[in-house]
Amino acid sequence: MRNRQSLADMAPGERGIVTALHNTGSMRRRLLDIGLIESTEVECLGRSPGGDPAAYLIRGAVIAIRAEDGAKVCIRTC
Amino acid sequence: MDLTLRSAERTVFRSRRQAPEDVCVPASVTIALAGNPNVGKSTVFNGLTGLNQHTGNWPGKTVALAEGCCSRKGQSFTVVDLPGTYSLMAHSPEEEVARDFLCFSKPDAAVVVCDATCLSRNLNLVLQIMEITPRVVVCVNLMDEARRKGIRLDLAAIEARLGVPVIGTTARKKRSLTALIEAVSRVSAADEPAPFRLRYPAEIETAVEMLEPLLTARLSGKLDSRWVSLKLLEGDRTLLKKFGDYLGDGFLLDAPLADALHKADTYLTARGFTRETRKDRIVAAILAEAERVCDGVVTHDAPDYDAFDRKLDRLLTSRRTGYPVMLLLLAFVFWLTIAGANYPSQLLSQALFYLQDQLTALFSYLHAPAWLHGALVLGVYRVLAWVVSVMLPPMAIFFPLFTLLEDAGYLPRVAYNLDCPFKRCCACGKQALTMCMGFGCNAAGVIGCRIIDSPRERLLAILTNSFVPCNGRFPTLLALLSMFFVRGGAFSTLFSAVLLTLVILLGVLMTFGVTKLLSKTLLKGVPSSFTLELPPYRKPQVGRVIVRSILDRTLFVLGRAAAVAAPAGLILWIMANVTVSGGSLLYHCAAFLDPLGRLMGMDGVILIAFVLGFPANEIVLPIIIMAYMSQGSIAEFESLTMLRQLLLDNGWTWVTALCVMLFSLLHWPCSTTLLTIKKETGSYKWTLLAALLPTLSGMLLCTLVAAAARLFG
Repeated sequence: MRNRQSLADMAPGERGIVTALHNTGSMRRRLLDIGLIESTEVECLGRSPGGDPAAYLIRGAVIAIRAEDGAKVCIRTC
Repeated sequence: MDLTLRSAERTVFRSRRQAPEDVCVPASVTIALAGNPNVGKSTVFNGLTGLNQHTGNWPGKTVALAEGCCSRKGQSFTVVDLPGTYSLMAHSPEEEVARDFLCFSKPDAAVVVCDATCLSRNLNLVLQIMEITPRVVVCVNLMDEARRKGIRLDLAAIEARLGVPVIGTTARKKRSLTALIEAVSRVSAADEPAPFRLRYPAEIETAVEMLEPLLTARLSGKLDSRWVSLKLLEGDRTLLKKFGDYLGDGFLLDAPLADALHKADTYLTARGFTRETRKDRIVAAILAEAERVCDGVVTHDAPDYDAFDRKLDRLLTSRRTGYPVMLLLLAFVFWLTIAGANYPSQLLSQALFYLQDQLTALFSYLHAPAWLHGALVLGVYRVLAWVVSVMLPPMAIFFPLFTLLEDAGYLPRVAYNLDCPFKRCCACGKQALTMCMGFGCNAAGVIGCRIIDSPRERLLAILTNSFVPCNGRFPTLLALLSMFFVRGGAFSTLFSAVLLTLVILLGVLMTFGVTKLLSKTLLKGVPSSFTLELPPYRKPQVGRVIVRSILDRTLFVLGRAAAVAAPAGLILWIMANVTVSGGSLLYHCAAFLDPLGRLMGMDGVILIAFVLGFPANEIVLPIIIMAYMSQGSIAEFESLTMLRQLLLDNGWTWVTALCVMLFSLLHWPCSTTLLTIKKETGSYKWTLLAALLPTLSGMLLCTLVAAAARLFG
């Protein structure tokens, strides 16, 4: 188990639990909207052909998030 | 993600179907229809209201909301379709519209449409709306999808937990909506039901208790006092201002209230609930509550219920296959369109020109004057016949195919795939969605740009939308491709499909290029953040798609083209037949524009056709043909071969055809699109730029091609 990892570092197929959310402003609100808060489970499903954004399974929905936004979401892999 | 493509289209294609007055009985029950994006809210709305829809402007709103009406057992209902939102707390313009309607316009009931395949997440919105009004009916839509995925929902248990009616529906089956409308009728008629109370952390509850009694007295039932307390604690400024407008300006200046608010604020801050974290705690509590409601009553039979979706996603969006599959799909759609439209197009034109001969016979039988026959039959009717026979078959094939892809959930994947290149141009992947809509109609694409949150990126998308050819321009491209670049043989349709794909790719590349150019010059900025939902794939409703896309899109576009073609045909006939100082008006105009046309590899007549085609691009090629015919030798022709001969006789070469195609791809947007751009940007400056950008690039490109052709050939 590694600590201090972010959403953007996740490899496809990897699962993790959100430990902290460092996003601000409208991005933070949008993440809260889709239910991405502390202790939410996420799974990285894959990356787009250009390598960024990546798709994550969050509370049953598939959401694409760009690397620079994902980097601010800390997770603990499991 | 807030405004779905379907609703943008409704704004363009359907809003004018009915006059806004006297559609709904004034005494009817008002239902607000809310829900997350992509849950089939539009299907529920259409299922409830059928064709009785129009766009209503509600007081105080800048966004027009679609409304419709329906009746059941003598009771009439006005259904207002709110923008699709995930929450009411994020303050995007759409969310504010939805929230303001729910709290200030006081609907008699709110129906919250949810996706049965991910109910827990949808309950987030349900719980937020239940805090504003207790008169809520939860519509759990897509029950059939849930069944297919092995998801079981105990709706009775959920209803017991929430305390409001929960109705399962499959909106595409109209019958399942009956229970929904009955529940709405019950909820709106009954006494105010006991509101459901979501529990927040103890500190927040204490702070709410400090405010609520004061508010209950002051609000006198106009708004829910607990909800207003929470909003005051959140300190949302725009909402506070609206409270002030709604309740009277003195409301927040009221000393005892301001005092209590200050105390509650200090209390919370002292316990670690700062302004920033308060909202997080509130959201977390709502999400936890949503999970609790679903706990044990929503069960999955198959844990890998989404395995198929994931497999499909890997094929459609992976690094290796994402782009190739996208191109193949595009080429395949074109191939089907070309292959399928060929024969019906010929039949139609034969039939319509046979009718022209009959009309001519009728006119001469009636001894009608030659000018009348000329103006009506050779002018109006002939252009009309051309537009119909050239446009109808490809549209009737292309639109349904495209809608099928949209319905299945492919378009968000396109946006996902293309976000990376768009980001390199400092823009947003959602621009790919609006670009796709532009294939149907650029005006719809421009309205669709509302899904882009950042104003700068939205403007980029609006300004570059007409770089993808709309359906009005496809027939021109297709006809020229098959006349000049494809030489018969077994693979000719395939070859034209590939060529058309290349033309489209050029349009897409231009979009990227111009977007980048704009972001480096006039619209400087860094790409904003981006989230995009990739909704579950759904089996498209083939029958419905065909009916809807033919009714809504095909006939609308055709009708508009015909409405424009008729007067344009008349103008053209007059221009060709009114003689001034030895030549027709047409001859003089063409002669005037000829040097510019020649420079760009075309001629004056072609430029006139583009100018006359300003109201609708569909009529450009028909006008070119009519103009040549009025000057020249051939009077009748039935096939593309004869048409080709006509063009060759008028000095066309493959370079001319190429330049016409390029200019058709890159010239000013049609009048409807420009009007829409003016409406969406609110500025003549940007509208002018939206017209100049494609025109200048088209002129430049055509001139270069023509010069190169002269140099080498």
